Amino acid sequence: MKIEASGSGQNMQPLLKVENLLKRYAKGSLTGAREELLALDGVSFTIFPGTTLAVVGESGSGKSTLASCLACLESPTTGNIWFEGKDIVKLGERARRQVRPQIQLIFQDPASSLNPRWSVLEILVEPLILQRKFKHEEMKQRANFLLVRVGLSPDIVEQLPTELSGGQRQRLAIARALSLEPKLLILDEALSALDCSVQAQIANLLMELQSSLGMTYLFITHDLAMAAYLADEIAVMNRGRIVEQGPAEKILKQPQHETTLRLLAAVPRITRAALPAVEQ
Amino acid sequence: MASVLEIRDLHVSYRSREGVLCPALNGVSFGLIPGEILGVLGESGSGKSTLAVSLVRLLPGNGEIIRGAVHFEGKDLLQAKLEELQQIRGRRISLIFQEPSLALHPTMRAGEQVRQVLAAHSSQGKSGLNEGTRQVFAEVFPEEVDRILRSYPHQLSGGQRQRVLIAQAIVCGPSVVIADEPTASLDPATQMEILGVFRTLRERLGLAMIFITHNPALLSGFADRVMVLYGGQVVECGPAETVLASPRHPYTKALFQSIPAVSNGRGSSRKTRLPVIPGDSSQSSLPRGGCPFEPKCTERMDICRAREPALVHLGESHVVSCLKYEN
Repeated sequence: MKIEASGSGQNMQPLLKVENLLKRYAKGSLTGAREELLALDGVSFTIFPGTTLAVVGESGSGKSTLASCLACLESPTTGNIWFEGKDIVKLGERARRQVRPQIQLIFQDPASSLNPRWSVLEILVEPLILQRKFKHEEMKQRANFLLVRVGLSPDIVEQLPTELSGGQRQRLAIARALSLEPKLLILDEALSALDCSVQAQIANLLMELQSSLGMTYLFITHDLAMAAYLADEIAVMNRGRIVEQGPAEKILKQPQHETTLRLLAAVPRITRAALPAVEQ
Repeated sequence: MASVLEIRDLHVSYRSREGVLCPALNGVSFGLIPGEILGVLGESGSGKSTLAVSLVRLLPGNGEIIRGAVHFEGKDLLQAKLEELQQIRGRRISLIFQEPSLALHPTMRAGEQVRQVLAAHSSQGKSGLNEGTRQVFAEVFPEEVDRILRSYPHQLSGGQRQRVLIAQAIVCGPSVVIADEPTASLDPATQMEILGVFRTLRERLGLAMIFITHNPALLSGFADRVMVLYGGQVVECGPAETVLASPRHPYTKALFQSIPAVSNGRGSSRKTRLPVIPGDSSQSSLPRGGCPFEPKCTERMDICRAREPALVHLGESHVVSCLKYEN
C-alpha cells in the first residue's frame, strides 16, 4: 500500500520509506511445539521531511515492533527500510552506527527510560560522550541549550529524574533524544502515561519543535484523537498490517475499515456542546 | 438516601526526609450513596491516590492522617482497631489498583489467587471456597471460566488480568469498591470493556464505587457523580452530566479544554496549539491561605490570594469551590 506525499512534501525526497516490512517471532513453548508469530506482515509507508505520520492500533497490532525495527533495535525478517535513500536493513554494524543517531526513540514511561541514579546533566551528555565528537565544555553548553529548548530551566542539571514531575521527565527524554540532532523522532506512546493537561503541554512542544527545527515524527499511539491532532497522515494497524491510511482528517471523517471504526468508537469523549469556546 | 461511606474533613500529610509535613489532602468531605459510581478526577499530585489508601488506612509509613473521620457501617475507620479494620478491608471495602501485572502473584494460578481472598474472610470448607471462587469468575468471565481459573497471570491479557483483580475485589461481597486508575494501562477498547464490567456489577450486586482517574473522558456515560480534586481539595462536585458538560470551576474548565476533540483534525496547514494549564499540578507549591488554583487561574481576582474559597452550592447537588461564585 502506498500513499501520496502530503502538503509541502510533494516534490521532496522521502525521509523514510518502508517497503513490505515483515517481522516473524518464534514462539517456543515448553512442550516443544513451535509456533510462529507474525508481528509485522508486509508494512509499507513513506514519511516526508517535516511531517508527522501517526500509527494507531490496539495492543498487539505490531506498532511497537515497527518502532524497534525502524530504530535499528531489531532486524526485520524481510523488507526494506530506506532512510534518506539508504537501505538501513542491509547496512553493516559500522555503517548503521552512523544512521542510528539520526533516528531517536521516545518511550511511554519516562520514569523507566531515564537512569534514576544519574543527574539530568549526565543523562543529557551521555549520547554526546558516546559520539566522541564534543569537548567537555561544549557538552555542558549543549545540555543547557537543550533544556531551554524543551522548556526546562538549566537550574535542574544537578537534579535526579525522581525529583522531577512526569511532564518534566518527558521533556528531559525529548531533550536527550534531540541532543544528537536526529532527523526522525519515533514517539512510542510518548504521551499516554501523562496527565491530560501535561499531554497538551508536550503535544504543543512537539508541534513547536517541528515548526522550528523541521522535525519529522512517527507518532505511535492508541489515542486516535491525539493522533488526529498531531499528525498529517494516519496509518491504522491491525494484526501486523496497515489496514487503512490517509490524511488525518479523512480518516476521522470517513473511516472505512472496521478497526478504525472500532478505535474511533473507543475514544472516550466528553460531551462538549456546552464547553465554552477555546480561547487563544 | 443515607450514605454508605461518609468522609468528613479529611486531612492527610506526608513527612519528608527532613521531617517537614507536606499536606496531600486538605479537608476533603463527601458521602457515597449505596449503588452509586463516584468518579474522582484529579491529576498527579492532586491527592487522589492518597484518598484511596487513607480511607482504609493503608498509607505508606511516612503518611499521617492529621484529622478527619471516615464513617462506615457505624464505625469511624480512622479510630477503629487494627483487627476491626482487617475484617473490613477486602471484605466490606476493597481496593483495585492500577497495574494488574504487579498486583497479581506471577507463579500462582488466577483461581487460587481469588480463592485465598475468600479463604481469608470466610469459614467455609474447601468445596464452599471453590464454589464461591467459580461463581465470582463466572461473573467477570462469562466465557472460558475453566481456562482462566487454571491460568497463570502471564498467560492472560491485560484486560483479563484486570478482571481477575476485580474478581478478588468482589469475591467477599463488599459494599464499597475503591478503584485507583484501574484502566490506565489498558488500550481504549479494553478500557471500555472493563468499564462495562464495573457497570454490570453495580447493577447486579448494588456495589457503590469510588472510581479514581485522571481522564475526564472515561467518566462520561459511566459515573453518576464526579468529584474534581486539585491540590488536595475538592474544587467541584456534582452530577456527572452537569460537571462534564458545563464545568464551573476554572480548573475543571481548563482541564477539559486541554484534551483534543476527535473532530479537531489538524490538516496539513492549520497549526493550532492546545490550550494548556501552565506548569505541572504535581509541582505546585500550594499557596497557603488562598485558593490552591489561584497562581494558574485565568479568571483570578484580587481576593483569591487573600482567602480560601468555601464550597458554594450552584444547584441541588452541584458544589464548586471558587470565590467567583460566592456572593
